Amino acid sequence: MPPVAFIIFSVIMLVFGVLVVVNRNPVASALSLVVSFLGLAALFVSLDAYFVGVVQILVYAGAVMVLFLFIIMLLDLKAEARRKINVVPMIGGCVLTAVLVLQLVSVLNTFEPGKKSLVEAPLDYAAAAAARPAVPEGKSDTIKRDLRENKLPDVRLLGEQLFTKFPFHLQIAGVLLLVSTVGVVILSKRELK
Amino acid sequence: MPSTPAIILFLPLAVAAFVLLASKGFKLNATVCALVSTASVAITLVLSLALIFGAKSDSPDEVVKLFTWADFGSLQLEINATLDRLSRGMLFVVTFIGTLVHVFSLGYMKDDAGKARYYAGLSLFMFSMTGIVLADNFAMMFIFWELVGVSSYILIGHWYTKDSAADAAKKAFLTNRIGDFGFMIGILILFGATGSITFAGVEQGLTAGVLTGGLLTAATLCIFCGAVGKSAQFPLHVWLPDAMEGPTPVSALIHAATMVAAGVYMLVRVSFLIGVSENAATIIAYVGGFTALIAALMATQQDDIKRILAYSTLSQLGYMVMAVGLAAGEAAMFHLFTHAFFKALLFLGSGAVIYACHHEQDIWKMGGLKDKMKGTFATFAIGTAALIAVPFTSGFFSKEAILEAALHHDMLLFLCAAGVALLTAFYMTRLVVVAFFGKARTGHSDHATEVPMIMLAPLMLLAFLSIFSGYSIIADTLSPAAVHSEFNLAIFLTSLGALIAGAGGAWILYAGKDKDPLNIGIFRNKFYFDELYSVIIKFAQDKFAMVVSAVDDLFIDSLCVNGISRAVNGFGLLLRRLQSGNLQGYAFVFGLGILVILYIALINT
Amino acid sequence: MVTLNAYLLVSGLLFAIGFAGVLLRRNIIIIFMCLELMLSASNLSLVAFSRFNTVNGLPNYNGQILVFFIIAVAAAEVAVGLAIIVALFRARRTTHVEDMNSMKG
Repeated sequence: MPPVAFIIFSVIMLVFGVLVVVNRNPVASALSLVVSFLGLAALFVSLDAYFVGVVQILVYAGAVMVLFLFIIMLLDLKAEARRKINVVPMIGGCVLTAVLVLQLVSVLNTFEPGKKSLVEAPLDYAAAAAARPAVPEGKSDTIKRDLRENKLPDVRLLGEQLFTKFPFHLQIAGVLLLVSTVGVVILSKRELK
Repeated sequence: MPSTPAIILFLPLAVAAFVLLASKGFKLNATVCALVSTASVAITLVLSLALIFGAKSDSPDEVVKLFTWADFGSLQLEINATLDRLSRGMLFVVTFIGTLVHVFSLGYMKDDAGKARYYAGLSLFMFSMTGIVLADNFAMMFIFWELVGVSSYILIGHWYTKDSAADAAKKAFLTNRIGDFGFMIGILILFGATGSITFAGVEQGLTAGVLTGGLLTAATLCIFCGAVGKSAQFPLHVWLPDAMEGPTPVSALIHAATMVAAGVYMLVRVSFLIGVSENAATIIAYVGGFTALIAALMATQQDDIKRILAYSTLSQLGYMVMAVGLAAGEAAMFHLFTHAFFKALLFLGSGAVIYACHHEQDIWKMGGLKDKMKGTFATFAIGTAALIAVPFTSGFFSKEAILEAALHHDMLLFLCAAGVALLTAFYMTRLVVVAFFGKARTGHSDHATEVPMIMLAPLMLLAFLSIFSGYSIIADTLSPAAVHSEFNLAIFLTSLGALIAGAGGAWILYAGKDKDPLNIGIFRNKFYFDELYSVIIKFAQDKFAMVVSAVDDLFIDSLCVNGISRAVNGFGLLLRRLQSGNLQGYAFVFGLGILVILYIALINT
Repeated sequence: MVTLNAYLLVSGLLFAIGFAGVLLRRNIIIIFMCLELMLSASNLSLVAFSRFNTVNGLPNYNGQILVFFIIAVAAAEVAVGLAIIVALFRARRTTHVEDMNSMKG
């Protein structure tokens, strides 16, 4: 990805991120968030993380943001009436954020490994294919095949990792989702019996 | 079938429990209780006689295992019974005097409201005293040592509604506590050094030389502390005269013949310890001699018949302790043996006199009793004769043995002992002359009559033994130790001279007098020891208590206890302000914390 | 070409924006959105690290798996969080954080 595209998507992401914060209308904020996430997904793709990029759009921009919008509408939130701005917290928050950015810049200035560009970390499909372990007779390694064809089998690689190295964690994540589903149902009931 | 020593030891305990429970719970007649108690002590007397006559002259000393009281791995606390000449003889003394005192009390305490309690106390005392005599290790001895202290406390405070009796009981108990503390430290030192608490084990360790020098002396003196407390030696002698607040038979049993002799008995038991520690032995001898002297001096100016005898007891105990310190344990035990009889006789005799005079104890309010109480007077005179060592009475032989030991070891102590002999003759003659001769000075003594036979019989038995217990026909069999000293003219003349000078002086001074011609305040007031101690307590203890109280108030209460609560409270009040309930406030602090951590972790390296 | 630091800087800026939003906005739903922004910013740096630390010529997929889990947890969190907000709104008729201070000490 050329730097121009990177800059464009970064700027989109950051500008709409700022809009999330400054918009008075919650609906506008939520929509800005969607756009910001689209930029983020583009950056993911620029990092060869196609699956994560797609999931970002599907889950965040799709499901989560729809949920937010539903809630906003359900609660019938209007644009906030102008309240008196509390000066001290405002200044404090801005200063804290500025210090955080300054710290970030100073750290990144001295972070030598971070100076390498994408060209210096190329993806080498041939080497990756060679490094794959042999499979039993009669089975075929689709990942290896894709790599030989000079394609990045992103989802397959991720899935392989997920189901071979982290199956337990996956189960836990599943349980967590189940628990949160049940929890939401209970919380949303009108009266707790 | 339990062994004989076990019966001797535990029968009194069982009887004590029975008497208390039966009289309290089942309202058993107090006289029945008294008879049961008396019968039990008579049984123990018979059994201890059986022990003595059952033993062959060459039968070895043995330790009868009774039971293990506590087991701490390598350390066993055992309740055993040592049987050797020493313990057999002492057992005889204890049970014999005990029996006579029980019998005498049947008369003396006839109308007392707390008769059952009194006999339970006596039985408990017999149990504890037997335990001391039979002990084969320091732990057992210490246990029974404390039990003796308790039963003594109970018996001194028998008339606990009387303030003076309750105070005297407390004083005796607390004073003994000081000595017992030293005793315990001594036992612990010996146990630490030798790893054993049995007498045999400790002796073995000492022979092997595991304990030497200053620590050995310290250990010996700590053990001696126990004897100082129990045998009322200087400087812990103050409790014994006050202990005369108890019933007179108790004074005879506990505070004349047996318990106070327990200290001497214990010292003789551990004489192997004193034998190897010369410095300690010297100190023990001088403490004994000094006690004998000051006690005799104090006795010359007392008016209370029992107090005179109490100081006399102190003085005689000083003799015995001195003999132990002079490595003449045999002489000490011999004197203990004879002294037990004539002093018990004198106490019981004084009890008879007090009984006859309606509990009047001041000798200046008696007088002329020799015609009204012939039997009592005769036995009392015999006891006095034995105490002041009239030749060929028992006291003469045993005192001679001690004088001889003193003469051979230390001239100073010999002079001291001779002086005490003179003073003894003086104050005892004074007592007899004032109380029994002359004319009746008050109505009480005027109306005195002879005591009943049940009280007179023990006196006669004791009078007999007071004369003859020194002769080898009795002493060789019954006594814990008998000494037959060679006739020594110097000692004989000294002894006789002291006797004549003391007795004659007292006769000249006191015959026919109605009030004391002498008035020596320092003797009358017991060298102001009580006052001195109360001053010490007032100034040292009160000041110390003040400091402790100040520390408690300022440091512990204010700083530690309340300080902590105040600090917590203050912090709570302070931190409460942070609990603003403002979500973004929390987020701000949270972010601030992250920035600080980032700064420390990443930038400030 | 684009360097790792560039991605990290963009990620950090997005995080800072989200943080500022949390500190400055009073509407609890907006605050919640800003939290999502912060989570996503961390996802971006994770993916960047994953891409730049290649293993055998491939991205290090451990980082992406962590992102996958973060997204899953975030989805659950959003669901529960919004449910709580709804419940809160029912009780208080407000989404303004300054009106919710019953935890004040």
